[in-house]
Amino acid sequence: MSRYAPEGLKESEGGAAPAPTAGPRLGVVGWLRWAWRQLTSMRVALMLLLLLAVVALPGSFFPQRPQTPEAVAEYLETNPELGPFLDAIGMFDVYGSPWFSAVYLLLFVSLIGCIVPRTFAHAQAMRAGPSRVPRNFARFPTQTTVRTRRKASSAVGAAEAVLGRGYKRATTTRDDGVVEISAERGYGRETGNLVFHLALVGLLVVTAWGQLVQYRGQAVVVEGDAMVNSAVDYDTFTSGAWFDSDSQEAFRIQLDEFTSVFTEAARPDAFTADVTLTRGDGETSTAQIQPNSPLSVGDANVYLTGNGYAPVITVTDASGDVAFSGPVLFLPQDTAYTSTGVILVPDANRGEPQLGFSGQLFPTALRAEDGTVLGSTFPQPNDPVLILNLWTGDLGLDDGTPQNLFVLDTEGLEQAMDVTEDGAEFPLELELEPGETVELPDGQGSVTFSELRRFAALDVRWDPSVPWMGVFAALAFLGLAASLFLPRRRLWLRIEPGESGTVVHAAALARGDDPGLQRELDRVIDAVTKKTARPEAKNDG
Amino acid sequence: MGDLSTVFVLSSVVTYLVALIFFAVDVSALGGHAPKRTVRKAANIAVALSWLGVGLQAVGLALRGIAAGRVPWANMYEFSLTFSFVAVLAFLLINRKRDIRYLGVFATFLAVAVLYVAFWQLYVEADGVQPILDSYWLVIHVSIAAASTGVFAIAAAASLLQLVQHRQSRRRAVAEERVLVASGGGAEAPVSQPAGAAAGSSGSAAPSTFVGRLMAQLPDAESLERFAYRLNAVAFVGWTLTVVAGAIWAEAAWGRPWGWDPKETWSLVIWLIYAAYLHVRATVGWTINRFAWFGLIGFAALLANFYVVNIFFPGNHSYSGL
Ligand code: HEM
Repeated sequence: MSRYAPEGLKESEGGAAPAPTAGPRLGVVGWLRWAWRQLTSMRVALMLLLLLAVVALPGSFFPQRPQTPEAVAEYLETNPELGPFLDAIGMFDVYGSPWFSAVYLLLFVSLIGCIVPRTFAHAQAMRAGPSRVPRNFARFPTQTTVRTRRKASSAVGAAEAVLGRGYKRATTTRDDGVVEISAERGYGRETGNLVFHLALVGLLVVTAWGQLVQYRGQAVVVEGDAMVNSAVDYDTFTSGAWFDSDSQEAFRIQLDEFTSVFTEAARPDAFTADVTLTRGDGETSTAQIQPNSPLSVGDANVYLTGNGYAPVITVTDASGDVAFSGPVLFLPQDTAYTSTGVILVPDANRGEPQLGFSGQLFPTALRAEDGTVLGSTFPQPNDPVLILNLWTGDLGLDDGTPQNLFVLDTEGLEQAMDVTEDGAEFPLELELEPGETVELPDGQGSVTFSELRRFAALDVRWDPSVPWMGVFAALAFLGLAASLFLPRRRLWLRIEPGESGTVVHAAALARGDDPGLQRELDRVIDAVTKKTARPEAKNDG
Repeated sequence: MGDLSTVFVLSSVVTYLVALIFFAVDVSALGGHAPKRTVRKAANIAVALSWLGVGLQAVGLALRGIAAGRVPWANMYEFSLTFSFVAVLAFLLINRKRDIRYLGVFATFLAVAVLYVAFWQLYVEADGVQPILDSYWLVIHVSIAAASTGVFAIAAAASLLQLVQHRQSRRRAVAEERVLVASGGGAEAPVSQPAGAAAGSSGSAAPSTFVGRLMAQLPDAESLERFAYRLNAVAFVGWTLTVVAGAIWAEAAWGRPWGWDPKETWSLVIWLIYAAYLHVRATVGWTINRFAWFGLIGFAALLANFYVVNIFFPGNHSYSGL
């Protein structure tokens, strides 16, 4: 079936698959058999390996929907001609595309078809022990013939002793008194190779299983607030086709405090989320989550993936009612954490009109000489300033189109303006520091910026296949190292008793490249002849 | 401390440059008309200089690490330093066991080129790392990646020489045939005689070109191929470990072992190319020239992964860059 040749000789290896006999009379079974032989041939395996490399590449050139959907949307917008075509052929989801799947599935079918028969063959070979001694040593590049004064029986004893360690061996005495020894070592090379390939199959299988059962949820939590591990409580939640909500560990995480440390040059040095974890059974504990050290709750992991500021805002409307109150997420835009956010107040004035604010937060405000804020100089809140623009009108929240939480859709809104001394109009800017309240123009109410909190973005992930991936990756690695570095060697000795001493013919053969083969043969011959030998002929190719 | 590191690294560049010149002198003597010499003075000086360069670079790397308060391979500048260091060190260590001084030109040229680009394009002040990079997996993942890249580089140099040697040996074979024909003294001479049969007369057909004379002094294509293979096999195991360690780190940092980030994708592609190389070599009965091409394509992908993907492809690895 597989054309793996344990002899290790070039002429018996590789080459094209045997041509199918007489095409027309092949029949369906014949064709299938031929196709299977092709698929499990080394040549096709090789092509599939390279093809996999080729089809994996486009995913690094084009944005991928599962990873960065916004980038895909942007690409489609900027490339209206090419984009839809690329989309149709799966360029924005390469690793989920039919053609990518086809290549790797074929590769693994080929792999299984190749490795399983070899596994049986190898098990058989291990049981059977060393192969028969070849009749003709001359065809091996590594061989030698020496004469020794030792008796044949003592030479055989010496050979068995030196081969004793590491080699499996079989000694036979022919009718004419000639003793033949066949020795073999390094079964681990082939074992390692098989383990490596089978571990790759294992890796694929557990990965596929993980994809089917896993879930992942993302939640943004402001200091003082909490999230619950249930699908409805997440901002986004994805799960595999076999996902079972029973596998979802019950817990609640409250963000007590978020701290960050920055160097003087504003490079982040540490992020820490101090949380209170409440498990399903009511047990409560505190914990820390940092980048690179997720919190494990049962089999699920909680990762800290982002952070930012959330000013706490209260808006009262023209009639003095509190129309909005709470923390608002502001998304950091640069390394100094200049952040933007939107405050929507649909309930102001019973909707006639609604209020909207678009704002910028500067954690450490940089001011011009006249006091206007130019930007932020540092990510920590040393001198936080919030600047808001006011919009009035219809926020358009009722028509069901999804809203970007961080950009105000100004359609249907009118911006509140201010006038300079010489009569020019410019957008009204409300400047607030923590604890301050400012009045809105024309008696429309007021805004209060009561305090500045932080938020943390948490990813919760459960994928039971990950430890198994580790197991198979480790097996693959060990198998690979064994397959490449364990020498696989065969040694044959033919010891002929004679009148004037004993003649020893020896040959050695290795699988693959083995620079130590000649040395190994020399070592054995030296032991057998114990310096009393005079070499007759030596061929070290 | 960071400035002192720079001084050491820059002086190692200068040392490598001088070593490169001496290696080149050696090569030109090999290829020149000089009689076959047993002592290659220039080459010995070049090797000594390379050791000096490696020593200086080691000090430069260590100071860099001290200045930044962490291992010195967290950005592209430092990775360049580390992998060129490994490449030269690997060359020198192998050279102690077997004479591969003929590869010295490649090793020192690589070091000079890589370090030049590092200073010219990739330099950043020594500093700590972002919290997301702050992990002992950085130590493991990136150091093995740098070491494997260094070893792949030496293997690629051998593969390149192998291809040159192959062409030269074909030329030599043709030349030897001509000598045979000439000395045969007539039209009767066996024109189509296989090259092997002419082996006995190899001395009489001295190559006439510089490259020809040079290559005649170097190991034959088969030996170069075996040498490249052994290095590639070692580096392939290292690269496997790089990918696995990267996946473990990604699991801790980003919450998934594999996410088809451009850098991850390219690392896999490189791994597949070298896996194909090992397959080709193990079984399919191809000529050894193709093995060399596989190795060179793999190394080209490795360079692209570092110089192109890091800089131009947006992804999670981007912030480790400049
Ligand atoms: C996922 C796809 C595969 C990968 C990543 C892979 C990888 C490797 C690697 C790295 C080696 C080198 C180890 C060595 O030289 O001993 C190897 C060897 C080998 N592979 Fe694969 N392989 C794959 C699929 C296949 C398939 C489909 C076949 C059969 C058609 C196959 C047959 C072999 C054989 C026979 C060897 C042994 C060569 C020897 O004994 O030296 N492999 N493989």
